[in-house]
Amino acid sequence: MSHFSIFAFGIYPYIAMAVMFIGSWIRYDREQYTWKASSSQMLEKRQLHIGSVLFHVGVIGIFFGHFVGLLTPLAVWHALGVTAEFKQLLAMGAGGLFGVICFVGLTILIRRRLMNHRVRATSKKMDIIILLMLYGQLILGLISIPVSGGHLDGAEMLKLMAWAQNIMTFNSVAAVEAISDVNIVFKLHVILGMTLFVVFPFSRLVHMLSAPLQYLTRAPQIVRRKVGR
Amino acid sequence: MKVRAQIGMVLNLDKCIGCHTCSITCKNVWTSREGVEYAWFNNVETKPGIGFPKEWENQKKWNGGWKRTDAGKLELKIGGKIRLLAKIFANPDLPEIDDYYEPFDFDYEYLHTAPDSQHQPVARPRSLITGQRMEKIEWGPNWEEILGTEFEKRKKDINFDNVIQKDIYGQFEKTFMMYLPRLCEHCLNPACVASCPSGSIYKREEDGIVLIDQDKCRGWRMCVSACPYKKIYFNWKSGKSEKCTFCFPRIEAGQPTVCSETCVGRIRYLGVLLYDADQIEIAANTPNEKDLYQAQLDVFLDPNDPAVIEAARKEGISDNWITAAQRSPVYKMAIDWKVALPLHPEYRTLPMVWYVPPLSPIQTAVEAGHVGMNGEIPDLKSLRIPLRYLANLLTAGDEKPVERALERMIAMRAYKRSQQVDKVEDLEVLKQVGLTAVEVEEMYRYMAIANYEDRFVVPTSHKAYAENAYDMKSSCGFSFGNGCGDGNNGVNLFGSKATGVRQVIPVTLEK
Repeated sequence: MSHFSIFAFGIYPYIAMAVMFIGSWIRYDREQYTWKASSSQMLEKRQLHIGSVLFHVGVIGIFFGHFVGLLTPLAVWHALGVTAEFKQLLAMGAGGLFGVICFVGLTILIRRRLMNHRVRATSKKMDIIILLMLYGQLILGLISIPVSGGHLDGAEMLKLMAWAQNIMTFNSVAAVEAISDVNIVFKLHVILGMTLFVVFPFSRLVHMLSAPLQYLTRAPQIVRRKVGR
Repeated sequence: MKVRAQIGMVLNLDKCIGCHTCSITCKNVWTSREGVEYAWFNNVETKPGIGFPKEWENQKKWNGGWKRTDAGKLELKIGGKIRLLAKIFANPDLPEIDDYYEPFDFDYEYLHTAPDSQHQPVARPRSLITGQRMEKIEWGPNWEEILGTEFEKRKKDINFDNVIQKDIYGQFEKTFMMYLPRLCEHCLNPACVASCPSGSIYKREEDGIVLIDQDKCRGWRMCVSACPYKKIYFNWKSGKSEKCTFCFPRIEAGQPTVCSETCVGRIRYLGVLLYDADQIEIAANTPNEKDLYQAQLDVFLDPNDPAVIEAARKEGISDNWITAAQRSPVYKMAIDWKVALPLHPEYRTLPMVWYVPPLSPIQTAVEAGHVGMNGEIPDLKSLRIPLRYLANLLTAGDEKPVERALERMIAMRAYKRSQQVDKVEDLEVLKQVGLTAVEVEEMYRYMAIANYEDRFVVPTSHKAYAENAYDMKSSCGFSFGNGCGDGNNGVNLFGSKATGVRQVIPVTLEK
């Protein structure tokens, strides 16, 4: 275990999560006016329509795929009768499908953000940085699919699961050991992924914490009194 | 009965001269900022025309307002809750900036710095979004001013529906026009509130003003589509929606809104209306569109009815508001005299900014003596503005209320003319329109003289009861975000007490 991998895979995840959690908290507490989806639809509608829908469908699929795939304990998969081989194929298939959908969408969005005069002129630096980071991350993820194709027994995937689950249970030494000999693509994917956590509170990504699900249950009209009597 | 109060507005279109003072003063106060250059919380349109943004009244295009489903349920036209959320990644019903206009400014500086040349230097336009040169300005906030642009384009105006032979209004001799100043309607059944995924838009209980909580808005932009009047604007800089605030800081202090205060034609009226909040949904869900106007009238309560006064007091409405409701010019014009009508009631939002329809010149044929006279009143079919057009604008196509309003205004003129010029009391003309001499004198006072105190009856809110005055002391006034330097949550990350709420130690005096 090199010092670098101890830092990158054993310590950095905690820094990243801390920055994301505390940063989002501060932003929500003190700068709520900046908390928004930052839509640029009114400046350009046609490309956004295709790009944004594809991107979001893809990225939500990928998000839940990672969440469930990495953090569900092995015992649960066993109990469900899911073998590592099957799970590997499922991850490659579903991940590949959503990955491609997301890739198409993101490509359109990046092109639009950089090429459309109105969108470009009103973009903040972070809007562009975050798109490029997501693009890089997505490409690494897509490259990892053929790499996984070389390990259809699911061994690589089990190592990554062990890493994620050991991180979540504060067992960082075991986590670093688990991930130490996976392919470099996965390592880069993990490091860039953690970096996305770091930039999260400083970017428009925070809007995902405000997914307006409560809308489904609220009354149609809202009446507020200046101060409750 | 659940009594609530609202400050409503009436605009007397018969007196609007289309000077745009309301728009300009409003802009100077509220939207002279980056991101909302294109937004006009108040704008004045010349009708007929497609308006601002383009074709805002065409709900087949924009899907604004409410619809009654086949099952008899009231639903947003952009879709039920699930359908609405499904559109969150890309909203198909959202206007683009070009549907408004690309905001621009001119390079005035160049007029000072231009070198000697054969020709006069010109200040050329520049986009306020991209900063780039605009070779040609294609559209603006008031492109159709006084029948600007060709009739072919203007005739897309949806109010021409069922107007017979609309093409003749393209002829110079037959053409007609009127002004339509527009602002947020502060509806009783606002579609914007119902469409907001984050629940950031709300109607104030005290005065009915509809506001967007700028901190809670997440920029999902559904409200822009849901509002059939297209009076919610997306700020492209802040990423949040903004709308007319009905100048609430002024209203709270008992002052008229800026647009009303500065109206040089004195066409605007502000007054309290009491309404029954329990009846809103029933009224908005009236099956026949043409009945919506009457249904909304039925929601309003008579402020002189002792039962209403008692119920209002029970709801905590203070006496100065009840007195204001009794003196309300809006109540008189909308409910007593029925000369003011709602704008597009068919959107089912129960709008609260009402309009007195404009009279128009009697056509030449009439003057030449071929007039259809209806008793003492000229046949309204000979007015230049087609009745049907006004009815499409104000009463979902029902001509009778428009006819009544116009006839009453003509009767008022006829009565006052015979009184002042011929020195005769012409009660016959009043009888024909169902008004008494006392009522007409009052109408004359409010609509023709239109004194400041009669136009604006705005009670101050009892701020001292509504909020702790100590909380307000040395806090900041109107601001976006944490301009005052603190979040507005009860919990503060760094452990200090939030300064938005002052912790006052209550003093009890012991005897």
